[in-house]
Amino acid sequence: MSDSSRSISTSDFSLRSSSPRIGERIIRGTLFSASAFSVLITIGIVWSLLVPAIEFFRQVPIMDFLTGTRWAPRFKPASYGVVPLLIGTLWTTGIALLVAVPFGLGSAMYLSEYASDKTRRRLKPVVELLAGIPTVVYGFFAIEFVTRVVLKDWMGLTVGTFSVLSAGLVMGVMIIPTVASLSEDALSAVPLAMRQGSFALGANKMQTTLRVVFPAAFSGIAAAVVLGISRAVGETMIVALAAGNKPNISSNPLEGAQTMTGFIANAALGDSRVGSLEYDTLFAVGLLLFTMTLIINFISIRLVRRYREAY
Amino acid sequence: MTSESQGLSRGMHLGGSTRGEIVQPIMELRNLNVYYGDFHAVRDISLDVGANQITAFIGPSGCGKSTVLRCLNRTNDLVPSARVTGGIDYRGHDLYGPSVDPIEVRRRVGMVFQKPNPFPKSIFDNIAYGPRVTGMKLNKSETEDLVEHALSKAGLWSEVKDKLDQSGFALSGGQQQRLCIARAIATSPDILLMDEPCASLDPIATSLIEDLMLELVNDYTVVIVTHNMQQAARVSDRTAFFSAKIDDAGQRFGHLVEMDQTSKIFTNPSDSRTEDYISGRFG
Repeated sequence: MSDSSRSISTSDFSLRSSSPRIGERIIRGTLFSASAFSVLITIGIVWSLLVPAIEFFRQVPIMDFLTGTRWAPRFKPASYGVVPLLIGTLWTTGIALLVAVPFGLGSAMYLSEYASDKTRRRLKPVVELLAGIPTVVYGFFAIEFVTRVVLKDWMGLTVGTFSVLSAGLVMGVMIIPTVASLSEDALSAVPLAMRQGSFALGANKMQTTLRVVFPAAFSGIAAAVVLGISRAVGETMIVALAAGNKPNISSNPLEGAQTMTGFIANAALGDSRVGSLEYDTLFAVGLLLFTMTLIINFISIRLVRRYREAY
Repeated sequence: MTSESQGLSRGMHLGGSTRGEIVQPIMELRNLNVYYGDFHAVRDISLDVGANQITAFIGPSGCGKSTVLRCLNRTNDLVPSARVTGGIDYRGHDLYGPSVDPIEVRRRVGMVFQKPNPFPKSIFDNIAYGPRVTGMKLNKSETEDLVEHALSKAGLWSEVKDKLDQSGFALSGGQQQRLCIARAIATSPDILLMDEPCASLDPIATSLIEDLMLELVNDYTVVIVTHNMQQAARVSDRTAFFSAKIDDAGQRFGHLVEMDQTSKIFTNPSDSRTEDYISGRFG
């Protein structure tokens, strides 16, 4: 390189921006409004829940609502104890988890630790397909097949048209892919080196999976299960169809019981007058549901932070 | 005494001693070949590993030294496409014989990896893991004794004895690697394989680990893969030099150039390729 090319005259030399870079600003603005949009919508939802719910709690004391054991908003005298609905939700969610956690974690461990690459590539989409079935189909499956054929005919149980058992079992099947897919991601993310370390000490596959890989992936698995819980708590169609609409503090899973979501779906069909107490009831239950889901998600975030491994 | 002077007394300053001569081989590799699918990665390796000696595998990247090391405890079995032909005789048993359980092999031939890989458990449970999974029935105090013994052997006891319930991840890189060595020692292996154990450590941690190897070889047989030739010269009794070649079909494969006493390899190798590599003239 010659000397002349090096001596740039200082008048040509500038570090100022050569263009205004408008495109960059537009993109930045667009992306910001995309994220601001969802935040605004959430605030809007909370607001629209809060206003009628506050109206409701002006007329019904909050403690009566939370601890009352009789749910009869349409009777005279009306009673607004939400406990029966909570129990209904607890039943269906609990039963769903009894199905989804063992099957979900089992298939996640198989896919991540045991299956060959080829099997995993074929099997995982099939498991995830379960998540794509519309919940109304699951609802009819629960009534027509699980209740009538499996519970009544095959198992000989005395069960009516509606039961929390049937609704819970089918809801469990519905959330298997959620638990399985996210847990599988968490297990696969555990570095191979950790498995090798375990194998090199003479551990077998099950020991390695249960004692090394599983604890290492615990935060992700916990998040998967908690997400499964949120889905079960919020699921509406299956319970509205298969669990029935009779509020019931039941100790027998063969009986039907109304859940919180079941009540909302049933009562929101349009025959409650806007501004009436019955109308506001919907929002009170909705707010409770929203709060519960929020708490569950909060627990999930805490779990993920607490057990996250920096590998 | 620094590791340097110890190493010199061991590997380099032989002065007519029998250091580095095979007294009794514990493993004999005969015409070992490793394939990954159709790829014939390592060809025709024959060498002996002497009991209670440190054997070093050196050579450029891709020469197959780590692959051969992983054959010695059958960790290559974990790679689905890997296949091995030829034989490894280990105390009179064919390591790849049909009745051999790889899990049993790994209980006798331990391994330390390039990157420290502690488990997401407490320091105590990291050490106790091996004895627990291999079915050693130990009560609480026996386990505690074993943990202390293993950590002491690895030179880590004084640094961690007050925080055994802390996560293994809380330690520094060099401490983590010594934890992994302690973990391997806790199962009382017959042979300890080390795959570039100091590659991710600083010189101080490296020197600690080298001292440790020289300590360990009194009880165990050690095979180490290293990129650091000074390290091989400092600690090992015998050195195997591997290199890569390209066959007629254009496939690159690893092979053994020569194996001898470490002092001989580093001062007077038989093969000119070894000399080129040792002296840094390798292309």
